[in-house]
Amino acid sequence: MAKGKKKVPGINASSTADISFILLIFFLVTTSMNSDAGLHVRLPNPPDENIEQDPPKVKQRNTMVVTVNMYNQVLAKVGNSESKEVQISELRQLAKDFIENRDNDAKLPELHAVELPAPFGVQNITKNHVISFVTDRATNYDVYFQIENELYGAYNELRDELARKTFGYGYKQCNEDQQLAIRQYYKCMISEAEPKNYGNQ
Amino acid sequence: MPELNTSSLPDLIFSILFFFMIVTSMREETLKVEFKAPSGTEIEKLERKSLASNIYIGKPTREFRAKFGTASCIQVNDKFIDVSYIGQFVQDERGNLSERDKPFMKVVLKSDVNTKMGIITDVKMELRKAYALSIVYQATQR
Repeated sequence: MAKGKKKVPGINASSTADISFILLIFFLVTTSMNSDAGLHVRLPNPPDENIEQDPPKVKQRNTMVVTVNMYNQVLAKVGNSESKEVQISELRQLAKDFIENRDNDAKLPELHAVELPAPFGVQNITKNHVISFVTDRATNYDVYFQIENELYGAYNELRDELARKTFGYGYKQCNEDQQLAIRQYYKCMISEAEPKNYGNQ
Repeated sequence: MPELNTSSLPDLIFSILFFFMIVTSMREETLKVEFKAPSGTEIEKLERKSLASNIYIGKPTREFRAKFGTASCIQVNDKFIDVSYIGQFVQDERGNLSERDKPFMKVVLKSDVNTKMGIITDVKMELRKAYALSIVYQATQR
């Protein structure tokens, strides 16, 4: 054998690209870029068992009570008006009218003059309003979620409208101070009662 | 015409592969419950996934029905648990976070649309007791 003359044949690497392509496609299929999204909610602090608490007295005109029974029927009682059965899609408008009370209706929540951060100054807002949401233990989660979605949607729409009126752009584009001011203007007051147990699981 | 040099093509593809391996995540938990998220309009994205702990609520999938029945179950970390264990679960998950992130912990409730509210309320009550107050109802954009 002649030394230094032997040639090692090179490995044919032309298929490596195909192999790695297959690997790439495998990873694209099996992994998920799952961007979790959902409705963000803040729960109240746990009830204190040591202190017997009376439920806070709220005037009837200041409350909106949404009740869902075990048959997923929705009952809404807005302020001082009679309670009536409603569709879930109607809830958003009802809640918006209730929170806003633009015409100072005697049946809807009282307006209080409240000092708010700039640029609002002193404004008449329904600062004592409460939206109470009562479910049954046998209510469907989907119905619960849709109602929750509409109620939070009412606040979000009001905030967005206010931002557009005051600043000329949507709530999401506002800076932090502006968002804080708007949040104080329309403060989220959704209270969830302990569910009733008529429809036993 | 000179031939195009494709010798760097495998390296190129490999780097794309590594990119995908890093940014995407393998589903860590195998779902043991049937789960279909509700859809809504007021959906916000979860900013940081590392702060989130998942709780699945739904009916057990077919292979687990013989063992666990068809009533709604709670699943965390690949196993079925009782409601009373939620507090412990929150403690564990909170322990995994760094001190700075602890106040920002979020619990993501992934409940099936056909679940009854009773079990969800029980879970929420346990979360309140464990002071995991920031929760997310997982849903899809309508």
